[in-house]
Amino acid sequence: MTVAVAAELGLCLCHRCHKACDLNASPHTCPRCGAHLHRRKRNAITRTWALMLTALILYIPANVLPIMHTTSFKGDSTATILGSVVTLWRDGAWDIATIIFIASVGVPVTKFLVLGLLLCTVHKGDTRSRRDRTRLYRGLELIGYWSMLDVFVAALLTALVQFGALGTIEPRPGILFFGLVVVLTMLATLSFDPRLIWDTDTHDD
Amino acid sequence: MTNGTTPQSPAEADVKSRRWSLSLVWLVPLVAALVGLSMLIRAWHDAGPTVEVTFETAGGLTPGQSQVKYRNVVIGEVSAIRLSQDHKKVVVTIDLDRDAKDFARKDSRYWVVRPRIGTGGVSGLDTLLSGDFIAADPGDSDQRATRFEGLENPPPVTYGEPGKRYRLKASDLGSLDIGSPIYYRKVRVGQVVSYALDESGDGVDVDIFVNAPNDQYVTADTRFWNASGIDIGVSANGLELDSESLLSVLTGGVAFATPKRESGSAPAEAGTEFQLFSEKSVALSPGKGPAQRIRMRFDQSLRGLKEGSPVELIGKQIGEVTRVTLDYDASDKTFPVIVDARIYPQMMGQAYGKLLTDIRQPAGNADEVPRLFEDLVNQGLRAEARTSNLLTGQLFVALELYPDAQPVEFDVTLDPIQIPTRPTSLDKLQEQLTRLVDRFSKIPFESIANNMNGSLAELRKTLSSINSDVMPSALQTLKSIDGVMTDMRSTLNQAADALDPSSPERTRIGHALDEVERMSRSVRELSDYLRRHPESMIRGRSQPVRSDQ
Repeated sequence: MTVAVAAELGLCLCHRCHKACDLNASPHTCPRCGAHLHRRKRNAITRTWALMLTALILYIPANVLPIMHTTSFKGDSTATILGSVVTLWRDGAWDIATIIFIASVGVPVTKFLVLGLLLCTVHKGDTRSRRDRTRLYRGLELIGYWSMLDVFVAALLTALVQFGALGTIEPRPGILFFGLVVVLTMLATLSFDPRLIWDTDTHDD
Repeated sequence: MTNGTTPQSPAEADVKSRRWSLSLVWLVPLVAALVGLSMLIRAWHDAGPTVEVTFETAGGLTPGQSQVKYRNVVIGEVSAIRLSQDHKKVVVTIDLDRDAKDFARKDSRYWVVRPRIGTGGVSGLDTLLSGDFIAADPGDSDQRATRFEGLENPPPVTYGEPGKRYRLKASDLGSLDIGSPIYYRKVRVGQVVSYALDESGDGVDVDIFVNAPNDQYVTADTRFWNASGIDIGVSANGLELDSESLLSVLTGGVAFATPKRESGSAPAEAGTEFQLFSEKSVALSPGKGPAQRIRMRFDQSLRGLKEGSPVELIGKQIGEVTRVTLDYDASDKTFPVIVDARIYPQMMGQAYGKLLTDIRQPAGNADEVPRLFEDLVNQGLRAEARTSNLLTGQLFVALELYPDAQPVEFDVTLDPIQIPTRPTSLDKLQEQLTRLVDRFSKIPFESIANNMNGSLAELRKTLSSINSDVMPSALQTLKSIDGVMTDMRSTLNQAADALDPSSPERTRIGHALDEVERMSRSVRELSDYLRRHPESMIRGRSQPVRSDQ
């Protein structure tokens, strides 16, 4: 392409203070803040893969294990994510059911798919629709934390509904795993370097 | 995977020196995978046996929520509830925990805990808030099972409870129920565990459980009795009221005691069978001894005599009536009543032995009882149906000696023994009354009434003729009497006028009376004179008489 790449100019952006450093002058450390200089995020693809796979593994117990335990005078009930979605839908609260479904199933699955797609294409050095992929990545960053909705709902309910014999809600391990999934997917997104999408432009691996 | 560094990078050397860190990040998914795997393994490892329990109803149970508890510890969970093949039962699938595998024994028991009000009080109240759960009892069988028949009621005795089970044989269940208390010296020591009809259907087998250490008081000689209700007795001290406890009055119960003379024997083995007596006095009374059947034939109605009515010898009960049947005597067209009874000669007490010596019969002889009765009948023993309760008209059979009774034949070979009877005293009274009534009925009330009817008709006729004939003439007579009376009144008026003081007649009469008075006085004088001077009648009046006056 016509646009000059920073590497060709011998420039590198400091990760800490975002100063454009001259690699020829100070090859390893930032002259301003002293941080180590890396041309790209370190081990970006490996880290992203690892974190994403971890999230994927943890996503299984997050869905299988119960997330909440409700004790009320009507009886005890333990709910998984999908179970509560189904219950809400049956009870007529289809709007809330939809929100929870999107937050807890739609968003994480989308993240897994998008991250997997990005990683695969970067790994293969695919040059097609790089602009769209960059847009996808930005979207990924945007929706990342909305999955925490579930965790917040569980945390709020646990904190608020403590009426002793009348009713209590306790968290169950599922919500911990789900929170880990959300955090790990966000970390995976962070550790991915979108500039890698464009690296294939000038240097084919 | 090592393409994070690009060959043209000036920092290539630095990054390459840290190559080992590339694999370090893979520890994260590895740890996650290990955690997941360990969870899987633990879940698989913890999974205990899955059992299926059938219940009548699945009320209060929810799959995935209802728990299975033993001593309030959760040992499993209801995973599914479905109908049985024939839709008559509910099959509840239970996933037991691994350490609860002992609850899948062949004699393990499962039941649903619900709020219940029973003899032992209120139980399962906590399930009102927490919902019903299934309780389990492990059992001690060596065999394993996965299908169980759920109990509808909680078993009163759970596995491993120290104590012994005994079986009581009763004629009927009475007011006993599962959980009814067992008392020893009014202390609750156990409960009724189960009951069932015995094989022949003639009685009820009641299984009881006596908790340790009180089971040591049950010996082979222990007597059990039904402690339901209140015993009311009248003694020299007054009215006596006795009951085991208020609970047993309401719900029934069993009490036991060991007669003093037999105490000291070893505790009874578990599963020993005992007789359940109907009341304490019967249970603790000395043995009745062998029974002897007797038969009596009454020529009267025995309304009020029924099975179980006592048979008393000189006021002491020695047996009871077993059967009352109606017979027909074709020769004289009557319906005699045949009464069968069972008597216990031993209940006569010491009299029995003395009677035997009296008739010189060695005790223990097979026909000692018939011989004894032969002697008694020859002495005048007769059976009589007497009223024990005037209000209800209940009868009992009284055996009494009537030395002046007509001698009868007695056959010692007969079984049952035939005891001659005599009509009841009340029966005799009844007879007299009947005769009286007969006489009354013989009075010809009808003809008397007919005669009286005729007489009354006659009377009516007479009265009517009086009305028609006599009355008019009587009226006339009365009228004429009236006229006479008027005349009389006028006559009387005239008489009154005549008697008036101012009337001339009256004055004249007064004068006349004065004259009469004077005349009478002169007559008296004359008579006096004549009495003094009777000679004057002949000689006439002498002169000096005047001077005497």
